[in-house]
This record gives sequence, C-alpha cells and structure tokens, in this order.
Amino acid sequence: MEINAIVIFFAAIFTSNILLTNFLGMCSFLSVSKEIESSLGLGLAVFFVLTLTTALNYIVYHFILVSLDIVYLQYIVFIIVIAALVQLIEMVIERFSPVLYYTLGIFLPLITVNCAILGVSLFMIIRKYSFIQSLAFGAGSGLGWLLAILTLAGIRTKIREKFVPTGLQGAGLSLIITGIMALAFIGFSGIVVIQ
Amino acid sequence: MNRKEIFITSAFTNNSIWRQILGICSALAVTNLMQNSLVMGLGVTFTLILTSLTISLIRNYIPKSIRMMVQTLIIAAYVIIVDIFLKAFLPEVSKSLGPYVGLIITNCIIMGRAEAFAGKNSAIDSMIDAIGSGLGYTLVLLLIAFVRELFGFGSIFGFTVLGDWWQKWSIMVMAPSAFFLLALIIWIVNGPIATRKRK
Repeated sequence: MEINAIVIFFAAIFTSNILLTNFLGMCSFLSVSKEIESSLGLGLAVFFVLTLTTALNYIVYHFILVSLDIVYLQYIVFIIVIAALVQLIEMVIERFSPVLYYTLGIFLPLITVNCAILGVSLFMIIRKYSFIQSLAFGAGSGLGWLLAILTLAGIRTKIREKFVPTGLQGAGLSLIITGIMALAFIGFSGIVVIQ
Repeated sequence: MNRKEIFITSAFTNNSIWRQILGICSALAVTNLMQNSLVMGLGVTFTLILTSLTISLIRNYIPKSIRMMVQTLIIAAYVIIVDIFLKAFLPEVSKSLGPYVGLIITNCIIMGRAEAFAGKNSAIDSMIDAIGSGLGYTLVLLLIAFVRELFGFGSIFGFTVLGDWWQKWSIMVMAPSAFFLLALIIWIVNGPIATRKRK
C-alpha cells in the first residue's frame, strides 16, 4: 500500500518515534542527555546524518546491491556508507563552518555507532519504502530523536538537585523518565498510523 | 586474574547491561517474547565470542588509527552469518526480530569488549570473557522477557501458563514496560544488592 510521505514523516516523529517505540539510539541518548546544549548538538547531528544516510543507502541498496544480487552484504555496505559519510560531513563542516564544527564536531564520530542510523536504513528496506518515503522517514525519525533527547535533557536538568535513591542515579532514573515519556507518546497514536 | 574470575567478572559483577549500561537497545526491543530474547542472546553471544577471538588473534597487526573500522567490519561479517542462519532455520523468529539482528553490529557490548578486553589479552582469555559477557546479557534479556511475556501474554516460551481467567496486561507488550523493567533491574542490582555487599 502506498502511504503518503507526509504521513510517514509525522508518524516517524510522534506515533512510532524511533527511540520511544523502537528503542534505537539508546546508548548515546542516555549518556549525552545531561545538558540541553550538548543534546541539541547531538540531536541536530543525528537528524542531519540520518536524513542523508537514509537517502544514500536507498540509492546504494536499489541500484548497486539489488542489481548485482549481493543483498546479503547489506549490513557491511550500510555500515561503510554511514562511516564514510560521517567522515565526509566532518571534513566538509570543518572546512566551511568552524562554528558548526565546534558544536557538532565531537558528536559526529559517536554517530557512526548510533544504532538509530543503521536501524532506520534497515527499517526502510524491510518496509519497502520508495525514495520519497524513505527520505520522509529518515528526516522524521531524526526529528523524533531530537525531540526525545531534548525532552529528556530538559527533565534531567530540572531534577539535578533533587534526591534520588541509591542505585537509581543516572541511567536508572533516565530509563524511568523515558518510560513515562513513551507512555505519554502513546497518546499520539491514532492520529496517524503506519506500519 | 584467573579464568574463573574473568568469567564471573564479565557475566555478573561487571555485567554489560546493569553495570555498564551498554547494548540496551536490543535488550529493550526484543524482550516481549522469551523465544526472541533467547535467540537474540545466543546470536549476540556467538558474534561476541568469534569477534573477540578474531580481534585477539590479530590484535598486534591492526593499525591503531583504523581499529574501529576493522572491528566494525569483523562484527558485520559475523552478524551476516547469524542473519543467514536465522533466515534458513528459524524464519519466523528472524521475521519477528526484523532489523534487530542487523543491529547487533551497532550493539555497544561487542565493540566494548573488543576495545576493552580482546585488544589487550590472549585468545583464550578473550573468549572466556566473551562467553561471560554474552551469557550475562542473555540472562538479563530472559529476566525482562519472562516478566513481559508472563503478564503480557500469560505464557512462557509460547506455552500458556496463566489460563483464560488471566486479564492480559497490554502495557507489558508495549514499549514503556521495557523501560520500567530494565530500570527496576538496574535499581535492584546497583542499589540494595551493591550496598549490602559493601557492608
């Protein structure tokens, strides 16, 4: 069934948020979300890279892997594409925009091992999206991830001074907050539905 | 450190999930059914053992500057084996795991063990460490899956345990419960258990 790309875009942000329903990109989500500023930096970098890699992986998958009949190599190829693209973006940003490089720079290497990036490419293949749909899905997922990490960072800065039981500091409490956020996001379901 | 200690350290005292908070993407995503969790755990353990062995054997020949890329490619190669194996012998599980088999590549546990242990130790020690980490990971997955499947579907490994009288908790099948249960495990292990040991 052909789903409208705009529907996919909004669904990827709200109803099937890549982080809150598919748990992708948890590692950096938990470790970077201490400060709003760095969360914004990482979130923007993820959004940027996710949109580009999804488009690039779509082209690579459909025009190289399928036509050469080596689809089973998709994992290796996707990882190489992601790593190469991240490296390239890093160099381009460093050359043309030093200011942006200082905000995004340190986060770019982290992104190669962010499972959200690879996950979105794999979901795109499994769900058989077209190019425009993939682009919308990639951009939407990136924005959704940005939204989730900014929200968590905001909540975490508010509770920084509060008492937290032993053993629950850091990751434990962040997971509970994320759980409550996921519960809240269930409220969005029913607005738009995609598989 | 002898081999028994290496195993216990990597499986329990320094467990990847509850101590180092690594590799939790898949720990949260596949734990709605025990069968999926077991397959996922074994898949990760398999990849972990072979990656650690390979990295440990060639550790003196990898140039420092590109070691991340080498590690990623080695992991990806083993994950492809796991993926093809699952597609051939357990097609249904493979389908319900979906992209999460491929995401073993970006599972931080494997990269973490390669970086922290296999790159510095002998092949046998690295394998023992990998088996320990893999089993520790599988254990946590099965713990979460046990609760989620029991309350969410009323079954264990697909066998109905709680009968028709059981009102299924649909929240247990959905995403939030995974976050809460993992947080609970981390809390119990790092809070009460850790403080009691210190006394």
